[in-house]
Amino acid sequence: MPSPGYRREMPQRYRLEAAKCKKCGKVSFPPRLVCSGCGSREFDKTKLSDNGKIVTYTTIRVAPAQFTTQVPYSIAIVEVDNGVRITTQVVDCKPEDLEIGKKVKLVFRKLYSEGHTGIICYGYKAILI
Amino acid sequence: MREVAVIGCGMTKFGELWKKSLRDIFVEAALKAIDDAGVDHIESMYVGSMTPGLFVGQEHIGALMADYLGVAPIPAVRVESACCSGGMALRLGFFEIASGYSDLVLVGGVEKMTDGADVTYALASAADQDYEVYHGITFPGLYAMIAKAHMHHYGTTRKQLAAVSVKNHYNGSFNPNAQFPKEVTIDQVINATLVADPLTVLDSSPVSDGAACAILVSMDLAKKLNKPVIKILGSGAATDALALHTREDITTLKAVKDSAESAYKMAGIKPSDVSFAEVHDCFSIAEICIIEELGFVKKGQGGPFTEKGNTSLEGKIPVNPSGGLKSKGHPVGATGIAQVVEVVEQLKGNAGKRQVKNAKIGLAQNMGGSGASSVTHIFQI
Ligand SMILES: [Zn+2]
Repeated sequence: MPSPGYRREMPQRYRLEAAKCKKCGKVSFPPRLVCSGCGSREFDKTKLSDNGKIVTYTTIRVAPAQFTTQVPYSIAIVEVDNGVRITTQVVDCKPEDLEIGKKVKLVFRKLYSEGHTGIICYGYKAILI
Repeated sequence: MREVAVIGCGMTKFGELWKKSLRDIFVEAALKAIDDAGVDHIESMYVGSMTPGLFVGQEHIGALMADYLGVAPIPAVRVESACCSGGMALRLGFFEIASGYSDLVLVGGVEKMTDGADVTYALASAADQDYEVYHGITFPGLYAMIAKAHMHHYGTTRKQLAAVSVKNHYNGSFNPNAQFPKEVTIDQVINATLVADPLTVLDSSPVSDGAACAILVSMDLAKKLNKPVIKILGSGAATDALALHTREDITTLKAVKDSAESAYKMAGIKPSDVSFAEVHDCFSIAEICIIEELGFVKKGQGGPFTEKGNTSLEGKIPVNPSGGLKSKGHPVGATGIAQVVEVVEQLKGNAGKRQVKNAKIGLAQNMGGSGASSVTHIFQI
């Protein structure tokens, strides 16, 4: 993840900023230029709810280089209250604590350090509630 | 559109081919295909490859392969759609001939994955970098999440997933080009090292080097060449959201379903007309979902259908007689064309101990990423 890209994604990763279609109301996260629901190109800025539930999950035991020090770690697809789904780690729990349908809350955390420069990459993770 | 036929095929053995370079393995497969077809030239070339840039630092391989195959200055281009780069190369070659522009086209696929690159990272580039990979997801992880959801919604069992690997390794044990031509048991699959729960290393296709090529010709030319003619009845391709979490239903590979429906429509056949299929079993769960999307079994019933032996060599609809990606190996860009090699062998009745009886119509389904792109072809002897 090169740094300009990281900076650019901050509104989503730090503040869960999303786009709500002015025509059909569908919320896109991350924001898009064309609504995947109706094709409209006009949006209002909105924010995702930080409450959600687990749609499906797994525990990663073989990870790419930047995550190898974290294995095993759990990842889930989480549906937040306004119907949007995201992929996120589920932390502060054991892999066996996860279940489909369990409620979670999104929190702001460190994800990993970037390459040789060591820049810390932040973003959302989920915790069980 | 003109009718298009396959008149020659070739592939390298799949595996850890440390003594051979990316260009060597492609040229080896291309020469086999050219010799098999008995042609003295080709008019153009499509080379499927997912990410030679990340695996060995080499891009621009259309021109590279044309040079080393000794066919420059013909047009040659690399085609990329993640793990279905090979199948998409075939589709482009098919249209070039169907359109009437060319009579003789080489379509191929190649990947060199064992030269030391971070394979997990390279493969993950087929997922959404910013919103999946950034959070630590991997390909086994994505398919593991599909598996968990399939098990939850349809009651698919751990044993049913393992049955896919057991069946494909049995078939692959008869394939001289397979990377792992040996049988495995249900217990071995279930108790192997976990990669992403519930999937173990024996639910997963291996990391492989390899190449495969096919020679396509117009039907008019095929008739003059006096060779067994395998006709391409249908070609279908489709896309879906790149990020798994964006899809309406996690257990449905919609691009597979859409690509199959267009291929069936072009071919004018229905799923029950298919004699056997080569499908993209990158993970055991993938084959279960795919046979549902292809219409061989009702949605959700892929697990029990497989466990009862319906997809075995002697079953109702044999799936992956070659051993599939699981046993044969999965050099990602080559896989879609290696499926064609198997379909052609089967239709000609040359598949030896893994021969499917009464093989008249064969289907090849190849997909990219967690199913965001898929291409399906239907062949007939
Ligand atoms: Zn809309």
